Amino acid sequence: MAELVKQPPRITRFTFLRKGMRAFVGLILGAIGGWSAFGARRRNTVWQIDPMKCVQCEHCSTACVVSPSAVKCVQSYSICGYCLLCFGYFQPDADASLTSAAENQLCPTDAIERVFVEDPYWKYNIREDRCIGCAKCIQPCEMFGNASFYLQVRHDICVNCNNCSIAMQCPSGAWERRPASDPYMLKHKQDYPLNKGQGGPRNTRPINALNAAQLEIELAPKIELALAPPSFTSK
Amino acid sequence: MLPLLLVALAPFWMSLFALGDEMNFPQPEFTSKYTFPLTTVPVPTSEIREWIDVAILLVVLSLASWLAVKKRSRRGLFWVMIFSLLYFGFIKQGCVCPIGSIQNVALGIFDTNYAVPITVTIFFVLPLLFALLFGRVFCASVCALGAIQDLVVVKPIQLPKKLTMALSMIPYVYIGTSILFAATGTGFIICRYDPFIGFFRLNGNSPYLYLGAGFLLTGMFIARPYCRFFCPYGVLLGVMSRFSWKHLTITPSECIDCRLCEVSCPFDYISKPNTGLKREDRHMGVRRLSYLFLMMPVIIALGGWIGHRMSVPMSRYNNTVYLAEQVVAEKLNPNLEETLETKTYRAMGLSESDLMAGAEKVRRQMNFGGWILGGFLGFVFSLKLIGLSVTRTQKDYEVIKPSCFSCGRCCSYCPSDEMHRPNFIPGSKPYIEALSLKDPNAGKEGQLAEKKEGKSEPAKV
Repeated sequence: MAELVKQPPRITRFTFLRKGMRAFVGLILGAIGGWSAFGARRRNTVWQIDPMKCVQCEHCSTACVVSPSAVKCVQSYSICGYCLLCFGYFQPDADASLTSAAENQLCPTDAIERVFVEDPYWKYNIREDRCIGCAKCIQPCEMFGNASFYLQVRHDICVNCNNCSIAMQCPSGAWERRPASDPYMLKHKQDYPLNKGQGGPRNTRPINALNAAQLEIELAPKIELALAPPSFTSK
Repeated sequence: MLPLLLVALAPFWMSLFALGDEMNFPQPEFTSKYTFPLTTVPVPTSEIREWIDVAILLVVLSLASWLAVKKRSRRGLFWVMIFSLLYFGFIKQGCVCPIGSIQNVALGIFDTNYAVPITVTIFFVLPLLFALLFGRVFCASVCALGAIQDLVVVKPIQLPKKLTMALSMIPYVYIGTSILFAATGTGFIICRYDPFIGFFRLNGNSPYLYLGAGFLLTGMFIARPYCRFFCPYGVLLGVMSRFSWKHLTITPSECIDCRLCEVSCPFDYISKPNTGLKREDRHMGVRRLSYLFLMMPVIIALGGWIGHRMSVPMSRYNNTVYLAEQVVAEKLNPNLEETLETKTYRAMGLSESDLMAGAEKVRRQMNFGGWILGGFLGFVFSLKLIGLSVTRTQKDYEVIKPSCFSCGRCCSYCPSDEMHRPNFIPGSKPYIEALSLKDPNAGKEGQLAEKKEGKSEPAKV
């Protein structure tokens, strides 16, 4: 009988192991990708500040990777009181003449524009190219005003970092990821529960605890000036 | 006159601000025509933009694969790299990148509150898929971080093998820690310590820019330091590339052992043939290998234990845990000064039991993750040791598949490739470099030995 000659195998042990590992690794990759994609949202998320939680700590102006910060103050014109003596605009020790001089303003960068509308109403606009998001104007507005000033992330400037560095530093956890289709958390007059057509929603608790006493002391001289005889010039 | 009156009477009604919700100024009644402007809402970039980026990624990866595997063209890969640097680097400002997407996927898997955007998942999977098929073409031509390092390579030096072996553990530590930190919501450390993002954004604080500059300066002499010794995504790409279907090869056809490619790789990822070398005594080799296999569970257990011990200090990087610790510390020591975070926490009136429960949960996750991470690192370490003790007979000059970036530099040195033959004109740079090898005699011995013994035996699997 002729001896059977062993044919060389069509597939060696080595190539079998290689192909097997390739298939296995490919399967793992598919599994991880599939698990991640399962329940994935279609659109990317963006970051935003919940104004009801913000405590105006000033981290927004320093922690942003963009400079100046992508977080800026916004004005809600339907909530604003249009006050002659805006608590968010003027320093507590502002001069009685109430001019827009730098030493009278709270804003360090002159980002609030004070425009006369009609007596005794003044309009306060935010100049976004100057605002750095430091929240100095927001504290007194929330405390004593109508809380029409608040911070929001401006999405034409924000680069939408994977893990926002401001969000990681925010002491009150006011930052959240929102779907890109609904990127803002605006204040609307109608959201305010005790709304009688006046004032706006605000986060009063931290301000009261942190700054109430101090702000009252600072504002006292301003009130005295207001009571002084020389009349205000409407400028 | 009304606001003035209110201001005048301020001391009386300001005391009511403790309640906060009630006192405010009434809506003005404008007599002149006045429309209330709306708050402007600039929109974020549209969804179409993200899908365009996915499409561009796909096209660039395909092009790079073709150039690396089929055309073997260093020039083509170079220009694709420049495009990727400009687009994925400076225009997209380096975010979202596949390296960082590891964290998103980890967070998406372990945290039910976060859903990964599907484009980010694709950014994660696509380069890995191409690596499984064609090798690490992502590294050479598509990754912006790799591109910026590749551009500053001036005089690459060869590092000692022991050093590179030791440093090669760092990517495993980095990826393990990143996944752990991302999954527990502690932070995205790949993004935080990305050295080149400051350059891509053309903006950054000093530590960022110094880190990036440091890497680039080092990169002038140690080619692609981040890619070789730090990149966490490289771990995954390496696993894929090891079993790739097709891969960039130095020679398109037969290797004639001319040794001209030895100087070509700045990353030292070309392995030489070992047919001429004397084989170790098999008995000793088997004994060493069996010791290593026996040590493996010990090393894994030791690694796991180290990870467990590290979990408590690591957990402090988590905001919730840190805050909980601060709150407890302040309770125990009333002299301790309050931080902004603890002040805010108390003022918000949040439940302490919730905070403590949240911190406990993170601690538990970190502990469990620490065991797994440590065990995994121990496993990787023992595999590396085993890998050092096992060799395969290698006849030709080959790239080290799991590490090779498929940059194509070696291709232009091979005379078997007709396209690159013109490089071997006497006087040209590749020709001179190929001539100036360190010890020209070592190879000759091996070749002589091979001729004496005849054909070398096939690999014993």
